[in-house]
Order: sequence, then structure tokens, then C-alpha cells
Amino acid sequence: MKQVYLCPIVEAGPLGDYFTLTVSCPALCALAAPGQFVHVKCGEKPLRRPISIHNIQADRLTMIYEAKGEGTQWLSRQSVGTELDIIGPLGKGFPKVEGPVLVVGGGIGVPPMYFTARSVGEADAVLGFRSADKALLVEEFQSVCRNVKLMSDDGTLGQKGFVAQGVAEMLKARTYSAVFACGPKIMLKTTYDAAKAAGVPCYVSMEERMGCGIGACLVCAVKIYKDGEAVMGHVCKDGPVFRGEEVVWDA
Amino acid sequence: MPDMKVNLAGVELSNPIVVASGTFGFGREFADYYPLSELGGICVKGLTVKRRDGNPAPRIAETPAGILNSVGLQNPGVDYFCAHEMPWLKQQGTKIIANISGNTLEEFAELTEKVSAAGVDMIEVNISCPNVKCGGLAFGTQPESAAEVTRVVKKYATVPVMVKLSPNVTSIVDIAKAAEDAGADALSLINTLLGMRIDLNTRRPILKNNTGGMSGPAVLPVAVRCVWQVANAVSIPLLGMGGVSRGEDAAELMMAGATAVAVGTANFTDPRAAYLVKQQLAAWADSHGVSDIATLTKTVKAW
Repeated sequence: MKQVYLCPIVEAGPLGDYFTLTVSCPALCALAAPGQFVHVKCGEKPLRRPISIHNIQADRLTMIYEAKGEGTQWLSRQSVGTELDIIGPLGKGFPKVEGPVLVVGGGIGVPPMYFTARSVGEADAVLGFRSADKALLVEEFQSVCRNVKLMSDDGTLGQKGFVAQGVAEMLKARTYSAVFACGPKIMLKTTYDAAKAAGVPCYVSMEERMGCGIGACLVCAVKIYKDGEAVMGHVCKDGPVFRGEEVVWDA
Repeated sequence: MPDMKVNLAGVELSNPIVVASGTFGFGREFADYYPLSELGGICVKGLTVKRRDGNPAPRIAETPAGILNSVGLQNPGVDYFCAHEMPWLKQQGTKIIANISGNTLEEFAELTEKVSAAGVDMIEVNISCPNVKCGGLAFGTQPESAAEVTRVVKKYATVPVMVKLSPNVTSIVDIAKAAEDAGADALSLINTLLGMRIDLNTRRPILKNNTGGMSGPAVLPVAVRCVWQVANAVSIPLLGMGGVSRGEDAAELMMAGATAVAVGTANFTDPRAAYLVKQQLAAWADSHGVSDIATLTKTVKAW
């Protein structure tokens, strides 16, 4: 039987424009794979909030999230010792592959790629931010990746330009077994296009407003190809990680 | 532990707690969290003749103590359900209630024949979905069309027929009476209330469908009122639903007139919600000297 976990907060606080939150949950940590998410109850809100896993260390799970709405704002006010009601790990994460992987993150899509980069045998990274002051986790990625390419919209950090340009350059310089990406949909599409042009398999982590998180309510719909036919898949159960060619990009 | 058995139009439920259509899929996801035999019954995801992909996302928005949804009856079609979901569902040790939604009377007839043959225990006729253009609510807003659909389903059904009512009408009692007169064995109520939310930054509705069905704790008082009014106007049993998230909410709907109670949106908040509501209802009955839960129905002493 799957469980609903009550997880005490062991660390919490702001991280730039975002918030970081670490809970203790041995059972959940033992099951979690990169790219999966947890579904967190936020006080009396009727809907849980799906949050990707930034890192797992022993029995501690860390999330980094943006306090954008009422639920995540409630979460940002909780302090160490509070027990959070969490289900997970949920969804399909990134596949296991042999050989080097290029992990790609944009904005708030960067944190989950850290656990992913740590978990694959060998990783390089392309990280994109709006500007230098919005950068996140750069040193952490540098410590687990051989090569980290930084991209910014305004050129204040690393190279000026879009993430997909950086991806294309990295794919030219080295042979990768796969590209794993998380970020805004337009970044995922352009990253997929670059990977496809280089003949490298690409996996993307998608997002949609979610309900139950376990595949029953069917609200987090995303159009995907199944057996050559466009059908409604669901981020929580069929994803959040999809093969690039599965996604109906112009839907 | 009180006697939790109830009889819903001839269908013996092990306890009054059922799960509402559209909030529980075909049950598989929740079977990972508790044995489905804990439930009195399962109203499965609404079925149509052909597969439906539903509405574009976003399909959900939060509201004060509730949600809006605009899924739009996404389902794999009745044939897939009968072939791939029913064999598994039948083994779960709970009653299976097929929720059917036709665009035409002919489709309702076809759906009824197919789910009857597949061995469901009961049929719930959806004439109250607010998220589809034809069928759905179009049949449920007028007593005449509600009666017409009921008569067709009754003609082809080999199991008891329950008609699901919308609160988005001038008089839910008139629709209820019309369904009863047309032969309905039971009524279920309420479906969702039509609502809308707007993102202040984009000035766009949050739902891609613009409007959606509201559910969750905020609608409980509307459900209690509707169940009470309908219970006073018809003599067939009622499956009450709308905003139930605790055992006490279920007791309240039963007092208002419901024989059984469905848990819906709460399943999204906690996958164990329906099981917990059942436990809480039993505990409430115990602590209030109710030894037979069925005796709770329609015991409200109105002023």
C-alpha cells in the first residue's frame, strides 16, 4: 500500500527569489527517482501543490519552489519542526541511461536537474537564467558536473542567449547519450529541436495545473502521441517526464 | 461499530460511503492507498459512446474552500471500460455504479445496454455535466427532457437506475419529481455548480474552458439544501454529495435525506479521504448512540 507521509521540516528559508524546504522522510527518500515530484498539502487548501525534488540526501528531501500563489506562500511561512502532509514520490522520472547526459534547466526548472545530474553517472549542464541576479545553484552544479554552460537573457551571466543555443553548442562539442530538460515549455521545445537535430534522445519534464496527482482526476492534461495518435496524456501519471517526440508541441 | 449497511434502491451497500464520478477514475489509483472493499460503492468516471479527449488544459482552478474543474468528460469510451476496467472492478468487493453520458437518447440507450451487460450494479445517468456542449446538462435543466432520458434508460437497463441532478436549475425539485415519475429508482445530487475565476495578471479565465464546475467544502450547504428539498418531494432514495470531506458532513447529508453519501473533491486533497470519511462516520454514529446508520436518513427536525 502507498502511504500519506507526515514529514517534519528540518530546514526552511529563502533562496534568492525562491524558497528552499527540507523535510525528513526516510520511506519517501528511499523510493524517489530523479524527475519525480511530491504532492504537498498546504494548510487547508483543497488542492495539494506538486513540487519537484531538488535533492535527496540520506533520509532528507529538499524542494526549491517559487511562492507564487496562496498555497506556496503558506508553505513559505512554515518553519522547522512543522509536519507537512506529503504524498509521493509521484510520476515517471528520467530514464536510466548509460554514458554522459546533458542536463538542461531554465529558471525554476533548474533545481530538479541537480538531483538528476547527481544521479546519472556523468553529466554536463546547460543552465539558463533571466539575469545574473536570478542565478540559482550554479556552484552546486559545478561540483557535480564536468562542464556547466551558463546562459542568460541579458548577458549578465555566462553567455547571452537562449538555453537551446547553449544546448546546440554542447551537443556539437561532445557525444551524449541523452538530453534531460526542465523549464518553460518554449525552452523544452527548442531544446528538443536542438537534440533532435543532433540525433540525441531528449526527455522533457512538463508542467500543468494539477489535481489529485495520482492519475485519477484527469485535469493535468497534455497532448501526447500514443501509437501514432494524438491523445490526452497526464503530467502526473504519464509524466512529468516525456520523451521529446511523444509531446504534441503545437497543441 | 454501528451497522453500516444501507440499501440504495435495492442495491445493498456495505456502508453508505460511495465515491463520486469523475473524482476516482476507475479506482485503480486509489487501490494503492486502501482496499476498495472499504467503500460502499464506486461511481466510475463518466462514460460516453465514443472515446472523449475532454477540454484543453488548464482544467482546474482553486476557489475559497473548493475547486473548479473543466475536464469535459474525458474517458476511453464505454467499450474500453466494459472490456478493460469492469473485469478488474468486479473483483474489488464493492458495488460498481456506471455513470453514463449521452449526446442523444439513442446514445443513452446504447450506453445503458452495454454497461448492463457488463455487469454493473447500478447506473447513474449524467444529465448534469456543466462542461460539455451537447448532452450533459442540456438534458438536465428541463423536467420534460430529464424524464425522457430517464424513460429511455429505464427501458434498456437491467439494474437500478439513478439520475444525477444539477443544482444549476431554477427548481431542482421539479427535475427530481419528473425523473421519479419517469421511473428512476434513485437520484444522486448535486453535480457541480457552474463557476468561473480570472487571473488578475493576465485578465484571462484560469480555465481554458472559461467556466467550470465548482465543488469542494464550499458547496456542502448547497448540497444539504438540495438533498433536503428533494427528499421532501420524492419517495425514492437519494445518494447525496457535494463538499463532503469529513464523517460529520456525511451524517449531515444523511439527516437531510440521503440514504448514501458520495465523497468527491476530497479524494484530491487526500487519496484516503473516502475511507477516512467512512471511519469518521462510524465513530460519530458510535459516539451518538446510532447503532444502525440507515436510521439516520431524513431525521432532520426542520423548524
